[in-house]
Amino acid sequence: MKSEKSIAWLLLFVVPLGFAGIWRMQRRIDAERASITEERDEVLLRSPKLVKAMSLEYAPLLADIYWTRVVQYYGNKHLRGQANLDLLWPLLDISTALDPNLVIAYRFGAMFLSQAAPGGAGRPDLAVQLIQRGIQANPEYWRLYEDLGFVYYFDLKDYQKASAAFLEGSKKPNALVWMKIMAAKVAAEGESFETSLFLWKDIYDTSADPSVKKNALMHLQLLTVKEDCKQLDALADEYAKRYGKRPSRMSDLVQAGLVRGIPRDPLGFAYVFGASEKTELNLDSPLLEKQLMIERFRKYVP
Amino acid sequence: MPDPAIEIENLTKEYPFGFLHLKKRTSLEGLSMQVEMGDVFGFIGPNGAGKSTTIKLLMGLIFPTAGSARILGKPISDVEMHRDIGYLPEQPYFYDYLTAAEVLDYFARFHDLTAADRKDRVDRMLKKVGLETARKIQLRKYSKGMLQRVGLAQAILHDPKVVILDEPMSGLDPVGRREVRDIILELKKDGKTVMFSTHILSDAETLCDRVGVIVGGKLRGVGAPGTLVDMKTLGMEILFELTKPSNVPLLSSATRTGECYRLQVPEQELYGAIEQLRGAGARILSVSQVKATLEEFFMNLVEADRAQGAAVEVSEQ
Amino acid sequence: MRRAGVVALNTFREAVRDRVLYNLVFFALLMIAASVAVGQISIGIEQTVIVSLGLSAISVIGLLISIFLGVALVSKEMDKRTLYALLAKPVRRSEFLLGKFAGLVLTLAVNTAAMALGLLLAMLYVKHSLERSDTVVLVAVYFILLKLALIVALALLFSCFTTPLLAILFTVGLYIAGLYVQELRNLPIEVMSPPMSAFTKWLSYLLPNFENFNVMAMAAHGRVVPGALILQNTLYTVVYCTIVLTAAAAVFSRRNLK
Repeated sequence: MKSEKSIAWLLLFVVPLGFAGIWRMQRRIDAERASITEERDEVLLRSPKLVKAMSLEYAPLLADIYWTRVVQYYGNKHLRGQANLDLLWPLLDISTALDPNLVIAYRFGAMFLSQAAPGGAGRPDLAVQLIQRGIQANPEYWRLYEDLGFVYYFDLKDYQKASAAFLEGSKKPNALVWMKIMAAKVAAEGESFETSLFLWKDIYDTSADPSVKKNALMHLQLLTVKEDCKQLDALADEYAKRYGKRPSRMSDLVQAGLVRGIPRDPLGFAYVFGASEKTELNLDSPLLEKQLMIERFRKYVP
Repeated sequence: MPDPAIEIENLTKEYPFGFLHLKKRTSLEGLSMQVEMGDVFGFIGPNGAGKSTTIKLLMGLIFPTAGSARILGKPISDVEMHRDIGYLPEQPYFYDYLTAAEVLDYFARFHDLTAADRKDRVDRMLKKVGLETARKIQLRKYSKGMLQRVGLAQAILHDPKVVILDEPMSGLDPVGRREVRDIILELKKDGKTVMFSTHILSDAETLCDRVGVIVGGKLRGVGAPGTLVDMKTLGMEILFELTKPSNVPLLSSATRTGECYRLQVPEQELYGAIEQLRGAGARILSVSQVKATLEEFFMNLVEADRAQGAAVEVSEQ
Repeated sequence: MRRAGVVALNTFREAVRDRVLYNLVFFALLMIAASVAVGQISIGIEQTVIVSLGLSAISVIGLLISIFLGVALVSKEMDKRTLYALLAKPVRRSEFLLGKFAGLVLTLAVNTAAMALGLLLAMLYVKHSLERSDTVVLVAVYFILLKLALIVALALLFSCFTTPLLAILFTVGLYIAGLYVQELRNLPIEVMSPPMSAFTKWLSYLLPNFENFNVMAMAAHGRVVPGALILQNTLYTVVYCTIVLTAAAAVFSRRNLK
């Protein structure tokens, strides 16, 4: 019919034009609002007990929602390189209070609460508290002991407690045998390259969470860099002993037959000798920025 | 020759139904007919025959699957044409929070009328349909018959050239029916074209210039009520009483109602039958002609339809 | 247009004669009055509490009216068959829809204004005087009205092609989704697959963004809303409503009434 058709034609114009307009306007509104509202991530209800009381019978569902907020919150902050992760703890606290069996939240929390800025909130104390709560609710889950040991080992540098956590975990069902070995090794040697490498590699291999995986990969790479630098410095010392002067570039080491080919970092960038005559990352390597960032923050963290 | 008031060509309406609307039910099948200017046209058929469907199609409330229709020479999709049409829906219902005067005033506002003209027309219409005493009462308190009157008033409020009424007599008491009949005749006198649907045949017989009979979604005949049916005498009817028991063979074909018997015989056998009955001691009460009526025509069609097993539409809804 | 106006006025009249509406407005005013009481026990932030509670009440009541009456606008007329006699008049179906929409928006405007007046009185009672910065409350009320208009348009669209119950569910669903559009945009899209992230981005612009209209926090703290935002939000609502109403008209003018 006539009027019907004309409206259908009108629709063909109105919808694309209209939404094009909506798109532009929305961007302007976003800009306008961004200028008037300061960045505020608010967790309205910080009391896990209250949230739980209000969730009726849907606590697990609500826990999932809070958990999604955790991931989102961390993702956002991380994306913008912001170091302030103040709300990570209340969000995790509520998520796990609502659903004590949400193991992934404890594990995620262990990683990012404990880690120093900018990768985490720099609160290993809260991480330990969270994991211990997780262990209480899920006493048979050995991975949580791994995480506890992890926090003690990397962030608190308490090798006694780390060893105890690994040992405790190794007694749980299905625990992998390396837990026991790790317990002994940490107790005997404290921090070592092999132990660190193994722990990060295990996290990288077993985690499904992309943030966790990315973080583990970065640590693995930096760990390798650290070890490479140490060995190259040793080789440079060897070179100095032989030739009476320090090598000025990596090719000196190759010519001396100390290394086969120019040594490269995990991303394929050649190492260089810096001003202090120590081995350093290439200026072009993206790993350099990460390394510097971690070191810079380490200075500020007590 | 002027345009017919209503022209319908091959109008068809199918309703999809069932899972994913895969099946179709035909409610109206290839309807073609015309209503001439100034005629009163009766649209007759049993419930669910497709009368309301046709009228709703004409009013643009539903859309045809195929075919077209014109009113006053304009296609039915033309909204402006509605200025000259009045419509009474079947079992009309109006905003129940309004009074009769308000609802009529509301409808009048869609026509280009001055405020004074509106008020004047609303008053006249309320008087015409006999609602002037109830004009200030909200429609939620109205009876079915009163709503029918409001519906009639709004249909003729704007002095339309064509008035289409869907079952205008239903829900009315004998007085109300009489009044509606008078209004239709008055419209005819004013030169309006009226099309109305009904399943009550006597209304159509007494009012219409022409009637169309629709059964099972198909038009079965159009014409003047007289020409549509063969008006020749079908036979004679004798009404009699028996004064004493008898076993005249004729009695077996008579029907008995109380003490009274009725017998229908062909015209040429009338006298022979009377002789026989008198011989049996019967008292003749009356003798009259039997003519075919629209009703019989109508009933025959329905019967034929049923006999064929053709699906009489379940519902127009 | 004139004919759409006639429909609009009648829709407004229907709402005015509907007692439910008064109950709702009364309830909102009661909540505003209660906020005065709550404000008195929350020392130091009386005004903040009154404004946020009052605006919330206006918004919630407005939402109830716009969703339920918005869906009923057309479906009730079809259900009760009041539409039949009307469409036989020289009225286009699109004019009817536009009139219904305008009528309910008018109703909402009057209701919201009444509730806003109540809120201002409550503020006056607590502060004994109103300042220039308090006009931000009126801006917030205006934004609520814009939001409600958009919801009415959506409810109208849904009621044109589905049952009232489903239309209500769809409208509520879209409203809730529209509140989280901002969140959708904040999702870490780099962890998603490219088609998924493109879909998310498109979706975030297609869905109505109800967060645009939320200035409650600013109003509660008496901060000024820039004029540009008022203009942009108005424009946004007009364009979005045009799209939705055109779609509704396209659907409705093809619909067979039963």
